[in-house]
Amino acid sequence: MGSHSTIPSERSESKGHSKRRQFLTSGVGLAGLVMGAVRSLRGQTAAPDARPKDLLAYGQPSPLDTTIRRAPGPPTALADTALMTPLQDLDGIITPSGLHFLMDHVKGIPDLDPAKHRLLLHGMVDRPLEFSLDELKRLPATSRIHFLECNANSRPLRGANGESVQLVHGRTSCSEWTGVLLSVLLKECGVKKEASWIVAEGNENNKYTMSIPLGKAMEDTIVAYAQNGEPVRPHQGYPLRLVVPGWEAIRSVKWLTRIDVVDRPYMAWHESGNNADTRPDGKGLWFRFELGPKAIITRPSGGQRLPGHGFYEITGLAWSGRGAVRKVDVSIDGGRTYKEAELQQPVLRHAHTRFRFPWRWNGEEAVLQARCTDERGEVQPTILEAAKNMGVSPEYFYDADHFNGIQPWKVNADGRVQNALL
Amino acid sequence: MDACRTRCSRRVRLRTASGARRNPPYVLLAAALAILASAAVYAQGSTYQLGRTPSAEEIKARDIAISPDGKELPPGRGTAVEGAAVYTQKCAACHGPNAAGSALHRGLIPLGNSKPVKIPYSLVPYATTVWDFINRAMPQSNPGSLKPDEVYAVTAYVLYRNDVIKDTDVLDAVSLPKVRMPNRDNFLPAQPEWNPKTKRPFGYYP
Repeated sequence: MGSHSTIPSERSESKGHSKRRQFLTSGVGLAGLVMGAVRSLRGQTAAPDARPKDLLAYGQPSPLDTTIRRAPGPPTALADTALMTPLQDLDGIITPSGLHFLMDHVKGIPDLDPAKHRLLLHGMVDRPLEFSLDELKRLPATSRIHFLECNANSRPLRGANGESVQLVHGRTSCSEWTGVLLSVLLKECGVKKEASWIVAEGNENNKYTMSIPLGKAMEDTIVAYAQNGEPVRPHQGYPLRLVVPGWEAIRSVKWLTRIDVVDRPYMAWHESGNNADTRPDGKGLWFRFELGPKAIITRPSGGQRLPGHGFYEITGLAWSGRGAVRKVDVSIDGGRTYKEAELQQPVLRHAHTRFRFPWRWNGEEAVLQARCTDERGEVQPTILEAAKNMGVSPEYFYDADHFNGIQPWKVNADGRVQNALL
Repeated sequence: MDACRTRCSRRVRLRTASGARRNPPYVLLAAALAILASAAVYAQGSTYQLGRTPSAEEIKARDIAISPDGKELPPGRGTAVEGAAVYTQKCAACHGPNAAGSALHRGLIPLGNSKPVKIPYSLVPYATTVWDFINRAMPQSNPGSLKPDEVYAVTAYVLYRNDVIKDTDVLDAVSLPKVRMPNRDNFLPAQPEWNPKTKRPFGYYP
């Protein structure tokens, strides 16, 4: 915290738009991010409040490392900005903060001064309270490793044609989140017994709002000020965000500034309209909180090419909104037979779990896929099983949320790897 | 608070264990009651004494979320006719002169009702949701700047353009929550509990 006060700042005091924000939200800035041209753009525009961090003051990846977030297509004015985590390039279970996926539902990243940011808790409580960031950091802290996953992750043909694991499955990332358990704050306020939900609100343009059942808020929800050991990144909610473990990431409100304790869901815009799921019969579904079990092979994966025969370690990530991953099975014959993969320890609840599986490629066609079983015994379905379960055609999932079907990657005889789901 | 409760209850147990036979029951009872009472006070109080108590006015200024029953709606009123004027002045630049959208912004009228579309109104269950979002997020260049009368009027205009209300209907804190959105009955309840060994109900995550 202390270091922030020494950083020269030209941040606008008003709620208007700073130059940096215009840069972040402009089409030019987004195109730059997508094309990986950030360095040259920064060099030309010289953002007025750039942090005084050179390559030594704050270490950067090697200039030869091309690992970046990517968008599924060129930016459009209508579509929400989406940048996906390059799962195929990463190892272990922690996503570097700068590569955490992001969905900008709010048309712009707010430029919030941590010294002025406040979290207000009120509503059906005995004592409304307002906390500064410094006060929150004096409270008992909790650090937990949790994945976040967008409810729209894994739509089968995302990108030009579902060509890469990054574009199809990259709306999930995993971080060590540090902050105060929301239950600590709510107990400080004294929740009235009639209360049953909370409404969480961000402090950006739209004042993004989500309703969360009080039970989850009291169970394991974190008010996080740190991500992977440093302040939460601006795109992730700096200086404060909610982390609702295992639930669709739209619940994890960024730039968190207010929690209203209430007795019913408030049906805010982004929970009742934009993110309600629709069925073929026209019925809508709200509040599909928990994410299903999912295991995705990240290497080899779509768009890659195996250089030749011989040994490869198949690797990937598994997770479940219902808790811990119990096991991951890997098939090299398109699901006819499975063998259990090795799980990187420790396996944590509501966290990415790295799996590894030794494989010797003999040069023939092979279809690689993984299958997750979680601690509740739920098994990841194939897309056909999922369609049968729901009474829909597989095409239903092209535009559906919460899809967790098995992802097959086909290795062709020439070593090219392609999406073999459909 | 938890720590305190644990400590206090441990003290109760220790006292009871060590003094059960020597002390008359009423002494024990009084001691236990005193300890329990102090524990109860702590349980209802703040443990860390951090944070500041905001004034009622401060809370009111920030408490903008509107529930489906509309109990937080402020005084004010508006009709679609009035809203059309506000729309032209403050909304049309982005949403287009006919609310049909532009290259930069979504239209405000559903594209068709042959199948549910993931844009406004076909998926909005309550009129309060529309009021709340216009109030908190619009216009994008200066969100939160609309007066309550303007929000009521623009909400009325948008609902009128979507054939939900008539152009002369007055929306206010009483009438707005009573507006019935077209798809109000087409939503299923929140996900039911599910046991892994049973068949999943339709609509649960697959």
